[in-house]
Amino acid sequence: MPLSSDEASRFADLLKEHAESLTARWVELAGASLRGRLSSAELRRQLDDLRKGFEQAMRSGSAHLTDEGSAELRAQLAEISGHRARQGFSATETAVSIFALKDAVLEALGNGDDAGTLRDYVAFSAFVDRAALFTFDSYVQVRESLIADQAEQLLELSTPVVKLWDGVVAVPLVGTLDSARAQVVMERLLQTLVDTGSPYAIIDITGVPAVDTQVAQHVLKTVVAARLMGADCIISGIRPQIAQTIVALGIEFGDIATKASLADALRYVLNKTNRSLNTKRTER
Amino acid sequence: MSDEGQRLPVTTDQDVVRVRQAVRTFSVAVKLSLVDQTKLVTAASELARNTLVYGGGGEVVVTRVQNERRAGIKIVFADEGPGIVDLTLALTDGYTTGGGLGLGLSGARRLVDEFEIDTEPGKGTTITITKWCR
Ligand SMILES: Nc1ncnc2c1ncn2[C@@H]1O[C@H](COP(=O)(O)OP(=O)(O)O)[C@@H](O)[C@H]1O
Ligand SMILES: [Mg+2]
Repeated sequence: MPLSSDEASRFADLLKEHAESLTARWVELAGASLRGRLSSAELRRQLDDLRKGFEQAMRSGSAHLTDEGSAELRAQLAEISGHRARQGFSATETAVSIFALKDAVLEALGNGDDAGTLRDYVAFSAFVDRAALFTFDSYVQVRESLIADQAEQLLELSTPVVKLWDGVVAVPLVGTLDSARAQVVMERLLQTLVDTGSPYAIIDITGVPAVDTQVAQHVLKTVVAARLMGADCIISGIRPQIAQTIVALGIEFGDIATKASLADALRYVLNKTNRSLNTKRTER
Repeated sequence: MSDEGQRLPVTTDQDVVRVRQAVRTFSVAVKLSLVDQTKLVTAASELARNTLVYGGGGEVVVTRVQNERRAGIKIVFADEGPGIVDLTLALTDGYTTGGGLGLGLSGARRLVDEFEIDTEPGKGTTITITKWCR
């Protein structure tokens, strides 16, 4: 049952007239469930802002939370919800503190227990319910974007590109190499090649449990891209079971150097660089 | 004779990872050698990805099987996608319609002991593979 514009304006009056006592009572009720994890000064500020938001929405004759007149209130609710999500409050806790407004309003209505007041109250109560559910939705959205951010950070962390030696960078691949990670790995490796001016890159797959054609294709693409930038890639960490599987699958690494371990790969690179130093010397 | 299998949906990349993990767990349980574990997990990865990418998603069932002599693992990959029109072509090394390496189907066949494809254009594709303990 939506609020009639009459009802809405009566509630706007009520929210204004009893501003102080309403907010005080609301803070008391909501504060109980938040158990002091939010300073009462901050809670008071938040809830008084919200009370004004509700008052404004009612004043504009908003029958629904989705109405134009409630836009400001929705923004406030989303902000509070996002705040709480970041502070680690649960979605329920946030919604419950909105629900508490109903009790505070009911008390302010006092003994006007005629049918009209009751109908008003039920309509207003439904409006507050919507508001609480709205915080629930925006809470979930904020949490999801927080989680996505963290996953992205983890992705970066789990693909470190290290400078192993002068002129040699290495990227140890760990876990499953899906397309998103493969993309990150390639970008970071290429960037590190530029930053360090290294002519060699070692891609170590010791930590990859299964090398399927998708992983192989990602590795091959990375090698080709590195070559275009003038760097030579060595694939290391090919364990016996992986080697046999790669052969059975029919994957060919062509002329790409492959080594059993990272140490072997480094030795191989150092040998090559020594030799080229030596040849240069004899040429002189 | 067979135990009750494990059923896994395949609708996201993450599901493909889950299939690999389930197959790994089963492989360890029936004591496949490390090489055979890796081969089976890799074959499962290829076929589950095809189910996702070409079949438009589907389902994988992993079951422990047993004959008179040996234990093994049977895995069924089923989708209701477009099916494979030319099976010989699809099983040719290097053939791909999706910009892959074209080694998933043919390679998976080489990685397992038994390989069976049931496909019908417009109806979908079901691939059954089995690997036995040595
Ligand atoms: N479940 C499937 N449904 C329909 N087509 C498939 C399916 N699996 C494989 N194919 C077809 O077979 C081709 C070869 O598959 P595959 O050997 O795995 O190579 P890739 O995945 O690299 O394309 C695919 O490009 C696709 O056209
Ligand atoms: Mg494939």
